[in-house]
Amino acid sequence: MRESPRQELWVGMFVLVGLAAAAYLSIAIGNLRAGGAGGLEIVATFDEIGGLKPRARVVVGGVKVGQVKAIDLADDFRARVTLDVDEQLPLPADTSASILTSGVLGDQYVALEPGGDPTTLAAGDEIQFTQSAVVLERLIGKLIQNLGSGSSGDGGADGSDDAGGEAADEGGGAE
Amino acid sequence: MSALGGVQSLGARSIAFVRDLGRFSVFSLRLGNAARRPPYRWRRLVREIYDTGVLSLVIVCISGLAVGMVLGLQGHNTLARFGATGSLGAVVGLSLIRELGPVLTSLLVAGRAGSAMAAEIASMVVTEQLDGLRMMSVDPLDFVVAPKAQAMLISMPLLSTLFVLFGIFGGYVVGVVVLGGDPGSYMSTLTDAVVFRDDVLGGFLKAGVFGLLVGLVATYRGYTALPTSTGVSAAATSTVVIASVATLIVDYFITALWGY
Repeated sequence: MRESPRQELWVGMFVLVGLAAAAYLSIAIGNLRAGGAGGLEIVATFDEIGGLKPRARVVVGGVKVGQVKAIDLADDFRARVTLDVDEQLPLPADTSASILTSGVLGDQYVALEPGGDPTTLAAGDEIQFTQSAVVLERLIGKLIQNLGSGSSGDGGADGSDDAGGEAADEGGGAE
Repeated sequence: MSALGGVQSLGARSIAFVRDLGRFSVFSLRLGNAARRPPYRWRRLVREIYDTGVLSLVIVCISGLAVGMVLGLQGHNTLARFGATGSLGAVVGLSLIRELGPVLTSLLVAGRAGSAMAAEIASMVVTEQLDGLRMMSVDPLDFVVAPKAQAMLISMPLLSTLFVLFGIFGGYVVGVVVLGGDPGSYMSTLTDAVVFRDDVLGGFLKAGVFGLLVGLVATYRGYTALPTSTGVSAAATSTVVIASVATLIVDYFITALWGY
């Protein structure tokens, strides 16, 4: 029944490797951070957020600095997006936020563009300059509308055809 | 009369099932008490973790690798239709962390270590070793059975985590190295999609519950085995069957209650 030290060593290694794997899974893949994630909460209000979802990335120049914490409807029926960004980041007060799409059909994320104001955003501050998401369906709808008004421009083309006919008539008159 | 006999046998089976369930509950509570009270059997526990954890490492890691590779292949082919092969990491990682890791590890360990555990205890019943312990006023529940169940409870989350990591690696090998996906987007979609509380913690919880379940079923089936040679084999077989089915059923309820 006595355990060999070899067996104990194996068990110790097994437990260590298992715990290391659990820590890796939690921290590197599960994005668990000690002492609260992000830290600096700022608010941005958009007319249209498209398909933006909580936990979407917040980037500055393409580098991830935080995530979308919550999305709710403001009193004026605009979308109030709470961003949770790295509190070490000195974002200027005139930073602008826009909702972009990675690729044509990819996930939507919030891109921050720092301005030049010497004062920085504090917790709870609101970003003044925002640019709404581009909704592809609406864009296509507008395109179709434009093509529709383009066909009324075709009416103008018809007119020029008429003019051509008149010219032909004129030509006929010349004959 | 034969119809009546059928009803009677149904009743007998029902009564036997409920009685078995009650015995299982009493056994579990007694085992919990034995494990909680002071004479802690650390050396016995180390030995049992060696048997269930360390000796299951190889099959768990190989299975994880194989499952991850299959997920990578299937996922790549399906996602390629939508031109979304970049999301392969999220597909492989989420399915492994949430479901496949804990469930498949539980099934593997039930087959590999659970059956051995039940057979060992059952053969101790047959050869009257447990009675021998009782004669020396050593509680066999405390000395033999509890460390086995505890070892299962400790080993399962660790094994499941390793299964998941090997699976993610396997998916990476097939999806990125073999089929030429983008290595950066594999890892970034994975880390973006995985949430600690919902996914990782939920996976740990599942693995822990399955470990407890397999450990209790295996020790119960071994402890209550009939003292015959067929009793030993019946204990091993029923452990695998009951633990596997219970894992799959309990999995549904944890998933539903954890609020995915």
